[in-house]
Amino acid sequence: MTAQHDAGLQLREITKKFGTFVANDAVSLDVQPGEIHCLLGENGAGKSTLMNVLYGLLQPDGGQIILDGEELHVENPRQAMAAGIGMVHQHFMLVEVFTVAENLILGREGGPVLNLEKARAKVTELAGRYNLPVDPDARIEDLPVGIQQRVEILKALANDAKYLVFDEPTAVLTPQEIDELMIVMQKLRDDGKGIVFITHKLREVRAIADRITVLRRGKIVGSAEPGTSESELAELMVGRAVDLRIAKPEAKVGQIRLSVKGLTVANPAGAVVVDGLDFEVASGEILCIAGVQGNGQSELADALLGNAQVTSGTVTLDGVDVTHSNPRQTIAAGLGFVPEDRQHDGYVANFTVAENLVLNRFTTQPFSKGLALDLKAIADNATDLVERYDIRTESITKLASQLSGGNAQKLVLARELSRDLALLVASQPTRGVDVGAIEFLHKRIVAERDTGAAVVIVSTELEEVEALADRVLVMYRGKAVGIVSPETPRDVLGLMMAGVPYEEALANSKAAATGKDN
Amino acid sequence: MSSTTSRPAFLAYLSQYWREWAITGAAMVLALLLGAILMVVADPEVSANFAYLFTAPQLALGGAWAKVAGAYSALVAGAVGSPEALAHTSAKAAPLICAGLGVGLGFRAGLFNIGAQGQAIMGSIVAAYIGFTFQLPYGLHLLVAIIGGVAAGALWGGVVGWLKAKTGAHEVIVTIMMNYIAAGLLAWLLTTAAFMRPGRMDPISPEVQPTSALPGIYQQFHLGFLVAILAAAAVWWLLERSTTGFAIRAVGLNPNAAATAGMSVAATTTITMTFAGALAGLAGVQAALGPSANGVPVPLTVGLVGTVGFDAITVALLGRSRPLGIVLAGLLFGGLSAGGLAMQSVAQTPLTLTMVLQALVVLFVAAPALVQTLVPILKERKSKKVAMAGGEA
Ligand SMILES: Nc1ncnc2c1ncn2[C@@H]1O[C@H](COP(=O)(O)OP(=O)(O)OP(=O)(O)O)[C@@H](O)[C@H]1O
Ligand SMILES: [Mg+2]
Repeated sequence: MTAQHDAGLQLREITKKFGTFVANDAVSLDVQPGEIHCLLGENGAGKSTLMNVLYGLLQPDGGQIILDGEELHVENPRQAMAAGIGMVHQHFMLVEVFTVAENLILGREGGPVLNLEKARAKVTELAGRYNLPVDPDARIEDLPVGIQQRVEILKALANDAKYLVFDEPTAVLTPQEIDELMIVMQKLRDDGKGIVFITHKLREVRAIADRITVLRRGKIVGSAEPGTSESELAELMVGRAVDLRIAKPEAKVGQIRLSVKGLTVANPAGAVVVDGLDFEVASGEILCIAGVQGNGQSELADALLGNAQVTSGTVTLDGVDVTHSNPRQTIAAGLGFVPEDRQHDGYVANFTVAENLVLNRFTTQPFSKGLALDLKAIADNATDLVERYDIRTESITKLASQLSGGNAQKLVLARELSRDLALLVASQPTRGVDVGAIEFLHKRIVAERDTGAAVVIVSTELEEVEALADRVLVMYRGKAVGIVSPETPRDVLGLMMAGVPYEEALANSKAAATGKDN
Repeated sequence: MSSTTSRPAFLAYLSQYWREWAITGAAMVLALLLGAILMVVADPEVSANFAYLFTAPQLALGGAWAKVAGAYSALVAGAVGSPEALAHTSAKAAPLICAGLGVGLGFRAGLFNIGAQGQAIMGSIVAAYIGFTFQLPYGLHLLVAIIGGVAAGALWGGVVGWLKAKTGAHEVIVTIMMNYIAAGLLAWLLTTAAFMRPGRMDPISPEVQPTSALPGIYQQFHLGFLVAILAAAAVWWLLERSTTGFAIRAVGLNPNAAATAGMSVAATTTITMTFAGALAGLAGVQAALGPSANGVPVPLTVGLVGTVGFDAITVALLGRSRPLGIVLAGLLFGGLSAGGLAMQSVAQTPLTLTMVLQALVVLFVAAPALVQTLVPILKERKSKKVAMAGGEA
């Protein structure tokens, strides 16, 4: 082979099996210095598996890794790092109680004495070079996700990585943070780093990819030019045409089901995070809560579930006061709840798929008889939901931790959407799932609305808000800035999310528009 | 197909399950090996011969072999060598199994129940008191004594769960304190008229009535062992087949998700600690009502339950908090304990060696990575993603 072919980082015919299941089937992929190679594929296609093989977290059953013409053996992440390969994981791998600088030292070779001073200096130096500002002494658990991710990137850079793998970095980011990350990635590319970028958001692919490869069911099914349209990419990924924007029939609004009056919620530290919120949601309508992350949306959702400290105000569901009900009571009253952080609150990683699918109703008919679980009913339920929601798993007795990231998300949605609901409260309902699943889940949510449930969707993604909402409530610092129609222009919504009232935002955006025309 | 890995293919399919068993087995072999070395080193006569290792190897190695073989064959004979030995093992195992189930159940709910000792002491106090104080017919007397002892243990454990649920007090600290209280209470009770044996000034209770003793079946093999096996089956059912067990496991693995799904972490904690206490209490009942070598139960004294509550922690760890595993671990430790006595009397090996052996087994089992390093064939092919923080206890 010519030297040309040998340059860069190459994965050749990588095969990885889990038991008899083939997650990667002779997959070949390469990335050159100074390019961003996008790896696309539906949930469970084998993207994370392939990257974990590259990073030494998994051992392949076949194939080779070639770095600059020489075969590379990576048995653990340390060796990968030493060879100049860094990875930013789908789930972060930081030690939460450590500071940024301490996390940077972790896993690095060095003397027995921790040199924190040096680590601090390194953080500051790298942060300056790549424009990734972080406080080296901040504790990880106190940082927002976007910043935590910066720390992951810094960690890779601190090891002088030449190649960087980003596994769905944008799934957990706000739109603003995504824009910032895109700039960072471009900067890294221009600096000569080779980047593998995994994402389900096709807009990002179009914005940044130099090359695109698509994986389906463990095999490479094709590649695409950077300019390929979103719908073409979607079709390549899932193997069929996808409605990127579902058709939504007009809402048939019925009686008020959820009524929130003067709701005020304090966080554990005592600070007011939801501040005198008033709104109502009727049967057959979807209210989207839009806002920049951290403006009280999560706490509002928790309060509706009964898992937050409500200091004043009332929540009424179907005429019954549920302000101080606990989660068991609200769930029994017909609440379907999709928490924002599924891995943390939504499922039990070491429970089976079947167990997770009855996590909040194993005490009800038909899943239990008296004190005894009805394993047959639990299994039947799982088989049915796995089929209907296309959860890719070999069997319902697999652990949730063995599912791919997106399939674990689908697990929670399947459970919550498969019940008779009075109210559905879902935070970031399509985070981490592929375009095909987004289409399906959006349809399911609209169907839930049309069977008469009241639906509250918390989303930081304006596209999702536009696709689903019948009305949009914009939250800022715990207060409602206003309730507007989903047809409101994006820049107006954007201004409202920064706290500008509707009329003012509208006037501002009109002024800006006329300013541009002149 | 090309392969970059050199490991034989059959090991690729060695499932997680079998690997665990293999690691446990290897841990035991390693512990016996280390124990053998200790035995040789600790015996001045045998170790002195090692000065002639190169001049007269047969002397050094032969002496060492004779020492180790003698001790271990006495151990095996004392544990499983005869029907009497087996009966002895079963009697030693029964309380370990019960208390081990209590500790293991706590582990499954994410609770570190250090309090099996105190719970067992409470069980023994109440069972013995009922046993020597009341006059009741056969059957009924035993039943009442068992229920009383189990209830006392349940109360002692349940209080801890309730305190944790209500106030957030850490169960490790509370259970340790409850152990002291139980031990102190027993010491004091043994000085009161209600507990003291008439005509004796030392802290020893009267013998329990024969009506309340656990009936022997063959020598020391008694009904209590069957009760322990039943308890293991019941715990298995509770964990794997009941709604309560579902909640216990969910809370133990991910309390946040459990709470979000509507389970009450506080209630689950209290229930688990109550059950755990009941099981440890049952161990105390075994100690108080199970026949000793001379056929009658040992009267209540300060040291009646021994260290069953602490040994239970090792049993639960070794059994990986699963009922079947705990039964097997309890049998193993029961065997070591019965065999250890034989080893001491037949081969003049100090009883402490059995404790060292137990400790070594647990050490190796608790550190599978160590065993895998020493026995590389057991190494898992990297098929797990790096474990995440939180969750399991
Ligand atoms: N440890 C494991 N044990 C068994 N099966 C596994 C394990 N890890 C992954 N799998 C399976 O391998 C397949 C590929 O998973 P992978 O995580 O690579 O998917 P992915 O392409 O990253 O999907 P997503 O977009 O949802 O993150 C999935 O079907 C998954 O169930
Ligand atoms: Mg993935």
